[in-house]
This record gives sequence, C-alpha cells and structure tokens, in this order.
Amino acid sequence: MRGPSIAHIVLVIAVLATVPLVTASNVVLNFLVVALLIALVGQGWNVLGGYGGQYSFGHAAFFGTGAYVTAILQMRYGVNAWIAFVLGIAGGALVGAAIGALTFRSGLKGSYFALVTLAFAEVLRILASVAAITGAGVGILITLDLRPQAFQFQSRAPFYWIVLALVAVSLVIVRLIERSRFGAWLVAVRENEDAAKAVGVDTARVKLAAMTISAAITAAGGGFYVQYFLFIDSGIAYGPWISVEALLTPIVGGIGTVFGPLIGALVVKTLGELTKLIAGDAPGLDLVIYGGVLVLIVAFAPRGIAGLLADLHGRFARLRSSVLERAHG
Amino acid sequence: MAEPLLRVERVFKRFGGLLAVDDVSLAVEAGRITALIGPNGAGKTTLFSIISGFLPPSEGRIFHRGADITGMPPHLVARRGIVRTFQIVQPFAGLTVHENIAIGAHLSRRSRADALDAAAEVASTVGLDGLLGRPAASLTVAGRKRLEVARALAAEPKLLLLDEVLAGLNPAEVATMVPIIRGISDSGVTILMIEHVMQAVMRLAEHVFVLAEAYLGHGAAARLSAAGGAHV
Repeated sequence: MRGPSIAHIVLVIAVLATVPLVTASNVVLNFLVVALLIALVGQGWNVLGGYGGQYSFGHAAFFGTGAYVTAILQMRYGVNAWIAFVLGIAGGALVGAAIGALTFRSGLKGSYFALVTLAFAEVLRILASVAAITGAGVGILITLDLRPQAFQFQSRAPFYWIVLALVAVSLVIVRLIERSRFGAWLVAVRENEDAAKAVGVDTARVKLAAMTISAAITAAGGGFYVQYFLFIDSGIAYGPWISVEALLTPIVGGIGTVFGPLIGALVVKTLGELTKLIAGDAPGLDLVIYGGVLVLIVAFAPRGIAGLLADLHGRFARLRSSVLERAHG
Repeated sequence: MAEPLLRVERVFKRFGGLLAVDDVSLAVEAGRITALIGPNGAGKTTLFSIISGFLPPSEGRIFHRGADITGMPPHLVARRGIVRTFQIVQPFAGLTVHENIAIGAHLSRRSRADALDAAAEVASTVGLDGLLGRPAASLTVAGRKRLEVARALAAEPKLLLLDEVLAGLNPAEVATMVPIIRGISDSGVTILMIEHVMQAVMRLAEHVFVLAEAYLGHGAAARLSAAGGAHV
C-alpha cells in the first residue's frame, strides 16, 4: 500500500537520534523535545482526525488526563513515575473511549462532534481548576528527584531520546493501522460512512476504537510533559492551546499521512521560534503566526506539506518524462 | 411453498405526513433476478433502505431466510449477505478504484493483501481492471456505477440489491452492463434490482414487481410485458 515502509520510519528516527551526539546545546535540545512532544500529541489527533475524518477540537481532554494521572499517582499516592506514566496513557484511553461512546452513539458528526469534544475538554479544565486532587488553581509540582527510575534526568538528552522513542512508536502504530483492515475501514468511514455501512463496516465501533487509540497516544504526550516540566495546572493540561497544537500540526504537515504530524510540528515550532527571535516575546504573536500558516495551508496545500511534496514530486516526474519524450521524439 | 430468500411483509414507511412506502409485500426467490419497477416517487429506493437496515419501517417486517431482520443495523444486514448499491453513487471519493473495491472485500478478509487481490479479481469481472489505480472521483458515470456494483460484489453477497445501476448510461454502456449482471446472477448471487430501463429489465428479470403508488402488482416478466407495462 501507499505510504512509507517501516524502514523509512527507522531511518528517520535513527537520524533524529544522533542529534544529542552532535550538539549538547540546551536550546536546540529543548526546542526539539517540545517539537517532538507536539508531534506525538498531533499523531494522536491524526489517527482520529486524519484517518477517521472525525475532527476533534478537544484533544486537551486526553493530554490533560494523561498529565494529571501521571502527576496525581506520583504525588498523592507515591506510585513510581514510570508506572504512573503508563497508567496515565491508560487513563487517557479510557476518557477517549468514554467520550467516544457518548458522542458516536448519539450520532454526532462534523462540527457537532468538534464542538462537543471542545466542551468536554473545557468541562474537565474547569473541574481541574477547582478540585482538590488536581491542586485546584495552584496545580501540581512534581518533587525533584533526578534519577532515571523516577523518570527524571540530569541532562536533556535522555528526555530527548525518550520522546523520540514515543514518537517512533506512534509512527509505527499509525503505519500498522494504515495497512490493516481496521485502517481501511477507518478511511472508509472518513470517505463515506453510508457506503462503509453498506459493505458491513461497523462504523460506530471503528470510530470508537480510533478515538481510544488516538486518546492514548495524545495522553502519552501529557504524561511526558509532566515529567519534563515537573509541573501541571488546569490551564496547561486541559487548556485550548494543546487542542489547537494537536490539530494544527497534522493539518500543516499532512493530514492522514504517517509523517504529517512530525513534519508539521517541526515546521510550526520553527516558525514559532523565528517569530520570537524577530518580534520578542509578545504574548499571543505565535498564535497569530499559527493562524496565518493555517490559512495558507488550507488555501494552497489542503493535503499539507507532505501532500505538497508529493504533488511537486509528481509534477517534476511528469515534466521530466515529457521533456525526455520531446528530446527523443 | 418453501420460505423465500427475502420476504417483505406489509411494509409502510411514513416521513411525517408523506407515505413513502404504502403496504408493500414481496418475496425474492433464491437464485433468480427479480426486478422492482415503478414510477419515480413510488418508494423503491426507500424500500431498499428499509431492507438493508438504513431506515426502520414504520410498520411491517423483513424476513431473511425466515429470520426477522427488521430494524437490524446495516452492517449486520451486510454481514448476513445482503449488500446494496446506491442509486446516487457513493464512492469513497478520495481512494483509488482498487482501494474502494477492497473495502468491500475486507468484509470476509482480514488481510490487506488478500482483500486487494480479491478486489482486483472482482474489478476484472465488471470491466474495471484497467482503472484500478485511478482515483474513484475521476471515473465517468458509467465507471462509478460499475464501481458501486464491484464494491458490493466484493463483499460476496448472497443477495445483491442493485439500485438503478443502469440509469444515466447510454445504450452502448447498458449493453455492456447487462451481461455483467447476468454473469453475477449465473455465479449464484440472487439479485433484486430497481430499474427504469425496461429493455434491460425484460432481458434480465425472471420476476417483476411493480410498485405504483398505492398498488403493488407482480408477475412473470413475459406476462407483464404482454399485459402492457405497469398494469398486470
């Protein structure tokens, strides 16, 4: 089937894995850790939105749940950070399944689905900002404990490799979905739900499974965020910023493609940093840039950068063959 | 008489004040081509939607091999072997012809490679084998109608519901499509078809039901023709 092979993924990850060997610059590594984190969150969104065509505006619900479960289990119940992280992923998946069951059973589609997912994330944000267990308005600080068994490290390089490994796993998962029957059914749901039903696809179940996987991947991003920044509050965990990042990166990079979210995250984050360099730290300016990029992409490259590259490659190949024909004709 | 493959028993469908299907009963015998004809608005497509589980009837029952399947969701109806096509073609527009047909083939095949192989085979039986790599959205009307049939056929139905697969085709295209439908029937698939192209109905169908507003008549195709169209 179309799409990259597992070997492509291994190659890309191997190249990225050498970065900390080349530079020890904290600025570079920090930038890449955040970009990869966003790529992971965006890959989660891509499963449901890119392949399944269900546009969620509320992936913060899964990111935040992954983050809070990781933080709460550690700080309130003394659970090991790694175990808490895994349970955070499970918690995010559970929230995804619950929201999916409610929305898909009620037959919500398109903008209604988008609005309801946004509402779920906002409700969770408000609950987290008042509940005692989430630290209410104060948030949760993770106690400093710079040991690998506590999922904390002296330098940024291990964090970089861990988030890169998570991205690698998400790439492989998406590629495996792409060439499975489930993936074919998911794309069928995106393209035409009635036609899918007519040939025996249980569309509600396919969407629910996609949402659960999608939520789990995004929740992994939330758990990693907590370990990297050692702090979480309701605005970070469940705020609209992460829902926007989650959908922006795959749309910019190439919706419904394996590498789309990774490309998108690197491009969007680079633009964000360039903006900061040029305009200083004016609050909200990066969002203005995001908005501009989104408009340009939607207007001129609706299949994202990955789609644009494929088109250019196709055009170049056609041009070359026609030139060759003329030369020989 | 033995239980027919499909039995529709006194089905009504109301949309608000509109009575779309009015007291329709019919039976489809296994192994035959049965046609359902009637003027526009007589409720033929609505009846197909009810049989295939896309719409619940307001009243009445649908039986498949004697089992009541009324109100069963569409994917389960399809898994029982009743697969429909759509009058207004519903391709997976962003996918290739090959991928479109493979979605149908996945019903009984888990492996992607198996489904794609089966899809290529089905494509050749409906004459789409040269267009496998083309995006479905780029097909002509005739191509899209074939794709509808191919995708349904790939799901290996026992009962195929064809909704006006000849509509919008020119006489030459109809002439190539008729033997394809005949071939599907000969391979053991029972067919219930909605069709306006009477010339094709007369050549294909062994039994014809006429759905005309509040009246359902039926008879053998030859007798129906002798009686002069809709009035049996």
